[in-house]
Amino acid sequence: MKKICLLVSFTLWLVGGFAQMPDRSGPPALSQVKNLSLPVPVRFTLSNGLKVVLMEKHNVPMVQVNLLIQTGNYDDPVGKEGLASFAMDVLDEGAGNFTALQLADEIELLGAQIGTGSRPFSAEVNCTAPVARLQDALALMSTIILKPTFANSELDRLKKLRLNALLQNYDDPSTIAQRAFNQLMFTEASPYGRFANDRTIRSYVREDLVAFHTTNFVTGNSTLIVAGDVTKQSIQPLLEKYFAAYPKGNATNKARPVPAQVKGRSIYVIDKPGAAQSVISIGRLGPARNDPSYYAVNVMNTILGGSFTSRLNSNLREKHGYAYGASSSFSFWNTPSPFVASSSVQTDVTGPALGEFIIEFDKIRTPIPTDELSRGKNYNALGYARLFETNIDLAGTLGSQILYQLPDGYFNNYVGKILAVTEQEVMAAANQFVVSDNMLIVIVGDRAKIEAGILKLNLGNVNFLSIEDVLGKKPAL
Amino acid sequence: MKLYSVITLLLCALSANAQKIKVPYEQFTLPNGLNVILHQDKTIPRISVNVWYFVGSGSEKPGRTGFAHLFEHILFEGSKNVPEGKFDEWLEAAGANNNGSTTEDRTNYYEDLPANALDLALFLESDRMGFLLASLTDSTVDGQRDVVKNERRQSYENRPYGKANLELPALLYPKDHPYSWPVIGTMADLTAASRQDVADFFTQYYIPGNASLCIAGDIDLAQARKAVEKWFSDVPAGKTVLPPHPAAAVLTEEKRVVMEDKVQLPRLQMIWLSPANFQPGSAEMELLGSLLGGGKNSRLYKRLVYDLQIAQNVSAFQNSSKFSGEFYIAVTARPGIGLSQIEQIVQEEIDKITSESATDRELARVVNQYESRFLTQIERSGGFSGKANQLNEYFFYTGNPDYFNEDLQRYKSVDPADISAAARKYLRSNARIVMSIVPEGKKDLAATKK
Repeated sequence: MKKICLLVSFTLWLVGGFAQMPDRSGPPALSQVKNLSLPVPVRFTLSNGLKVVLMEKHNVPMVQVNLLIQTGNYDDPVGKEGLASFAMDVLDEGAGNFTALQLADEIELLGAQIGTGSRPFSAEVNCTAPVARLQDALALMSTIILKPTFANSELDRLKKLRLNALLQNYDDPSTIAQRAFNQLMFTEASPYGRFANDRTIRSYVREDLVAFHTTNFVTGNSTLIVAGDVTKQSIQPLLEKYFAAYPKGNATNKARPVPAQVKGRSIYVIDKPGAAQSVISIGRLGPARNDPSYYAVNVMNTILGGSFTSRLNSNLREKHGYAYGASSSFSFWNTPSPFVASSSVQTDVTGPALGEFIIEFDKIRTPIPTDELSRGKNYNALGYARLFETNIDLAGTLGSQILYQLPDGYFNNYVGKILAVTEQEVMAAANQFVVSDNMLIVIVGDRAKIEAGILKLNLGNVNFLSIEDVLGKKPAL
Repeated sequence: MKLYSVITLLLCALSANAQKIKVPYEQFTLPNGLNVILHQDKTIPRISVNVWYFVGSGSEKPGRTGFAHLFEHILFEGSKNVPEGKFDEWLEAAGANNNGSTTEDRTNYYEDLPANALDLALFLESDRMGFLLASLTDSTVDGQRDVVKNERRQSYENRPYGKANLELPALLYPKDHPYSWPVIGTMADLTAASRQDVADFFTQYYIPGNASLCIAGDIDLAQARKAVEKWFSDVPAGKTVLPPHPAAAVLTEEKRVVMEDKVQLPRLQMIWLSPANFQPGSAEMELLGSLLGGGKNSRLYKRLVYDLQIAQNVSAFQNSSKFSGEFYIAVTARPGIGLSQIEQIVQEEIDKITSESATDRELARVVNQYESRFLTQIERSGGFSGKANQLNEYFFYTGNPDYFNEDLQRYKSVDPADISAAARKYLRSNARIVMSIVPEGKKDLAATKK
């Protein structure tokens, strides 16, 4: 890993003698990399059993407090898709004795922010506050968490906002491509292939939100994460005061089925007449987060499409000028989960651009030049410290540790594990996961202008869909 | 357990309303004219090297719009001692990430790297500052021209409501004003840009005396200074650049524009000219933006989205540049809602804030949010919004790199009456752009003059 180095010590001096002349014959040798050394986070539980994890950071008088709930979008009941996201949205629209507007006013007056939202497998209430206002902010945060009103008037209002947001999706090619990709990869039979639509949004009733809250906001399903300018001594009594009433309870079992791998190659073109670019998404299933290949896959993806100098970006952007950028990523859920490569490419080169993706997929499965391999490893490993810079970074990183059940010490070991990845492991990962014969290809663009170029590639069966085929009938508003 | 040592950042005992923010720095000028700012922050073992060139799209020649930004792209394509492709490869191999951006006033570049790699960033930045042209070829220019055209397609043409932003500058500013064309430029001008244009632009503007280098992060101040002195010592000084000095832009009429786009929901955009960056009145206008469009209780959001539910979203903000500012109000209406109805309510709210002051609580809410944002911002050294960039930005616009506290005081010293006065002065109905962006075939939804 470390590039061993001599600090440059040439003896050429400028006239006047104040500075050495630079040696521009090549990139300068660098001194040894400083290790990232993080302490084990502090953990304790409140009297009701609610788990707390804390990392101190004292350079700015701000604090981040996140309540992490281990229930997310893909845990929604069938027919109620979008419920977790909606319930989290309504959570802060009135609580305790406060109306929605009063709550927002009180929070903003403190200079604090309290956000609520959901992700694929989690939901969060996040509070950012000046340390001098922490107590007041926690009082409001706990009111939102413990005593949400879920007023029908707020439900109705936010349902209309959601339906209109749904309508706006019809304009956005990236959203359409992403949605189509997931629906086609997982199908309606899987929770990962079902999404909120006109019907499910209209179906939410207050009881659904209350049930979501009662079931999931329990100690066994939740963790408080604290990062910033506090100590265990200063924060524990405050958390005890405001969260001791957080309900005890166990997490419910969640159906998180193992999805089926893509078989064969199928191409879907979604027509968006007049589009200036085509949005391409290509992929299949990659590994679960706990797969032993995790580090090798990370390095492999950095080389394929996870950095600026990656092959996909170099090819589509720098070599051909087809696009502003191209990239790839692995989702790393706790089950096998999507690997997707994507780009917005100029309409008239859609076919050739698609062809280049396939070329790069096949090429990454062959031996990797040494400098490219070591660059991929270094970029990944030495950039890792960025996850620990701000309170929000720290709290987010601690949250991922919980969701992925990573052991303490994991963060300190990461850099070494990445640097230890071998070429054989990278190629094995590519051969296992980047199989271009078995991929789903989605293209959102102007069919009349791109159809011929795509057919010419002979990649497989080409299907044509409308935006309505993907997003459903437009909501009537 | 203490994770980070306390350093550099001196924050006085905090009452949420009386913190003093201080970002200590060291500043010096090299013999070739390069301004240098150093700031130490050992939170993580990384550093950010940030360079501002005091040239942006405002300095472009007629027929070459978009050139400053195209030039920014070319700066990553190698220089005399850095073969094409190696700039990014060497940085990534050291664990760095980097980027650049262009506005009307300036172009900035950063490299965020592990603390051991300072020399690499300084080598690369000094090589392209001093010796860019040695490796420049026609194909470099052609390659980035295609990339930038795709950036234009992705960020404007293929984005809902995006095309309207390309029209705006010409509506707001007279033809000879440096802000009267979009930073991204036109496709025709991008096509016309030549290698000679690149050489001319480089020789004229990319000189040390027209730039500022800031290094923030896990550095030793004395060593960093030595390294800067070494790497930039052979960069030639170049000829002094005269900054643009446009006459103040004035709008003398209301212009109404209707555009059709591939969108579901109609959008009303109202834009006024307003004070330039850090000039009197600009803080008032920024706060006014938040009073009107920031958060559920803001005047326009509460009225249009929360109470009446005839709009999907609202935004109101001041965008300040060196020679002028612009104040925006944008409202996306619900389906079938005419933009005339939206405009009437926006006008009622403007009339209201101009005639009676906001409450103290309303203003405190907004100012306290600003204050927290200052604190959150100084947690980060790198990127486009970290301290390295901010120190350069303050230096460029105010001459004082550590302007954090003064900047915050600009907001804290505003009274509700000041905001009403600024609204009266700038949000005039006879000097503005009223833009209706409507779904194709729905021109009847556009806002029409009473």
